[in-house]
Amino acid sequence: MTEAFSIKKYLRDLKLPFCPGCGAFTVMNAFLRAVHELGYEDLSSFVFCSGIGCSSWIPSPYFLADSIHTLHGRSIPVATGVKLMRPDLNVVVFGGDGDIAGIGLSHFVHAARRNLDILVIMVNNMVYGMTGGQVAPTTPLKAKTTTTPYGCFEYPLDAVKLAVVAGANYAARWTTAHSNELKEAIKKALRLKGFRFVEVVSQCPTAFGRRIGFKSAAEMIKWFRENSTTLEQAKKFSEEDLTTKIIIGEFIERHRPTLTENIYAAIKEAQKIGQN
Amino acid sequence: MGIVKSGVYFWQGNEACAEAAIVVGCRFFAGYPITPASEIAEHLAWRLPQVGGIAIQMEDEIASIGAVIGASWAGAKAMTATSGPGFSLMQESIGYAFMTETPCVIVNVQRAGPSTGQATKCAQGDVMQSRWGTHGDYSAIVLSPNSVQEMFTLTIRAFNLAEKYRTPVVLLSDEVVAHMREKVVVPPIETLEMVNRKKPKPGDKAFFGLEEVPPMPAVGEGFNVAVTGSTHDEYGIRFTADPLVHRRLVERLNGKIQNHADEIVDVECCNIEGCDVGIVAFGCTSRAVYDVVEEAKANGITVGYVRLKTLWPFPDEIVRKLAEAAGKIIVPEMNLRQVYYEVKRAAGDVAKVVPFNKIGGGELITPEELLKKILEVVRGRD
Ligand SMILES: Cc1ncc(C[n+]2csc(CCOP(=O)(O)OP(=O)(O)O)c2C)c(N)n1
Ligand code: SF4
Ligand SMILES: [Mg+2]
Repeated sequence: MTEAFSIKKYLRDLKLPFCPGCGAFTVMNAFLRAVHELGYEDLSSFVFCSGIGCSSWIPSPYFLADSIHTLHGRSIPVATGVKLMRPDLNVVVFGGDGDIAGIGLSHFVHAARRNLDILVIMVNNMVYGMTGGQVAPTTPLKAKTTTTPYGCFEYPLDAVKLAVVAGANYAARWTTAHSNELKEAIKKALRLKGFRFVEVVSQCPTAFGRRIGFKSAAEMIKWFRENSTTLEQAKKFSEEDLTTKIIIGEFIERHRPTLTENIYAAIKEAQKIGQN
Repeated sequence: MGIVKSGVYFWQGNEACAEAAIVVGCRFFAGYPITPASEIAEHLAWRLPQVGGIAIQMEDEIASIGAVIGASWAGAKAMTATSGPGFSLMQESIGYAFMTETPCVIVNVQRAGPSTGQATKCAQGDVMQSRWGTHGDYSAIVLSPNSVQEMFTLTIRAFNLAEKYRTPVVLLSDEVVAHMREKVVVPPIETLEMVNRKKPKPGDKAFFGLEEVPPMPAVGEGFNVAVTGSTHDEYGIRFTADPLVHRRLVERLNGKIQNHADEIVDVECCNIEGCDVGIVAFGCTSRAVYDVVEEAKANGITVGYVRLKTLWPFPDEIVRKLAEAAGKIIVPEMNLRQVYYEVKRAAGDVAKVVPFNKIGGGELITPEELLKKILEVVRGRD
């Protein structure tokens, strides 16, 4: 690392769209710091795909890079086409919990199963922020949202565990209270191959925090810090106790051959036949 | 085997479509199995890797067209193939491809709907869906083959139009045309017209405006292209508050197709200068028209026809010409009136337009049925 970190060199000269105190700032910062610390002078070797939602605005159009802002939930299929045609590029997907774990969930599971070489960063603010605070597949039981005014009557999804069983090469969860660990996880994920997933538990003070009784973003971050537990510590808790905890850390790191490796091996075989 | 060589082949329609895609330079296919389109996926899964291309079966049709859009932005000519249920699932993404000016080809081999309907039977019920299926104001380019030969030539044309106008193009086939086997002549490859998207020059920044069809960079080429389906300015930057930006974008996107309808429209005509009755037909149904021309002649009736090779943009002018010459037009189609209303609109008050519809349930409109209709119309009983 020669130069000091300057976020500006990675950004277009545009005003960011996030509310004051939004966790998206932390995620954007952690990602670009990770990129900087890995020695990327610019984002020319990256392609960013995102869906629809506040979190999907993190890369696009703000990163001075190629970015494809797709439909709600469809960033991963588009990333699949990009990566398969350009295996040399770093393809990174950003999205919200609704985008990735709700409407786009099947793409997430199948990309992990295929071990598609992309990094997916999911900003889990436990709510549909952009549309005004409706219930998400990650909303905690009993939490009030605009579409669960009497409290959420469903259980939240653990997308990290799902990524692990589906076949991801790397899966980790941190929160916006852990910006340094988050940055390190992103750095590690960027160096690995295959399907890599980083979930960031994040605050949406505007459409969620206020409604569940937090006065500020800082209070939410404090809550994340106090309720986080490492995988190791989590073993000591009962399943019921864990429902109010955020389990942080690396859930898996493995080195299964990736989709691009497998598909290009198949093409090589086919081309031998093709020459006849 | 590499790219197919010039020669005469005996192919299934879907096979001809797949081979044509390879000829025109398609190197990415993503799809999801569905009758009667699956053979395209199967054939390309076998053939594309042989020429260094990629074919992948995705988890559904939404993912399939998503991957096609991604591949197109990575610089590839890309295609998917499906039938009604899958075509319905793709509609949101077709609008996205239109809005982001992403060239790609979507093959819809029509089967009988609504819903799962008759998976293995022929129908022509997706004409209007192919025009209006996604939301908002958009313009569609939709081609309609009626032979295995045309599954070949119109697939090539579909890619050429997609590349030329930077827009999704639909090849609207049907179960009969896709599944029958016929002779196909593949001309010397170097004689085929092949269009590639216009690429930007170094330093270019406006990939979504300024020109009617702007140049298209690929990701990874250093252009820092920002792609979005939201309303955006010439530089791809989202701009949803300014009415002018939206108007300019939507009018240009539609204009680049509507203003060139003459170049896009393609029809096959017969006796349109002078005839006793006209027919406007397309796809599988138009095959019955060929037989009927001879049989009607034997009955002293001259049949003129316009066979639609492009359904959209609709060939208004030529249909109007037929209307003027014939005074009476029959529109046979295997649906409950879709092209009929277009013909009526194009014909205005110069011709009586008679619908002839059949929900076949698997049975086609036969030349006998069509002849009977012609006799009724000409002899004034309809
Ligand atoms: C097909 C479709 N359905 C619904 C919407 C409306 N919509 C926009 S963003 C969003 C949810 C966003 O939630 P999330 O992905 O968690 O992002 P956040 O805003 O919370 O960061 C929804 C439902 C849409 N754009 N497209
Ligand atoms: S609504 Fe919530 S998620 Fe969206 S920008 Fe505001 S704070 Fe962030
Ligand atoms: Mg959210």
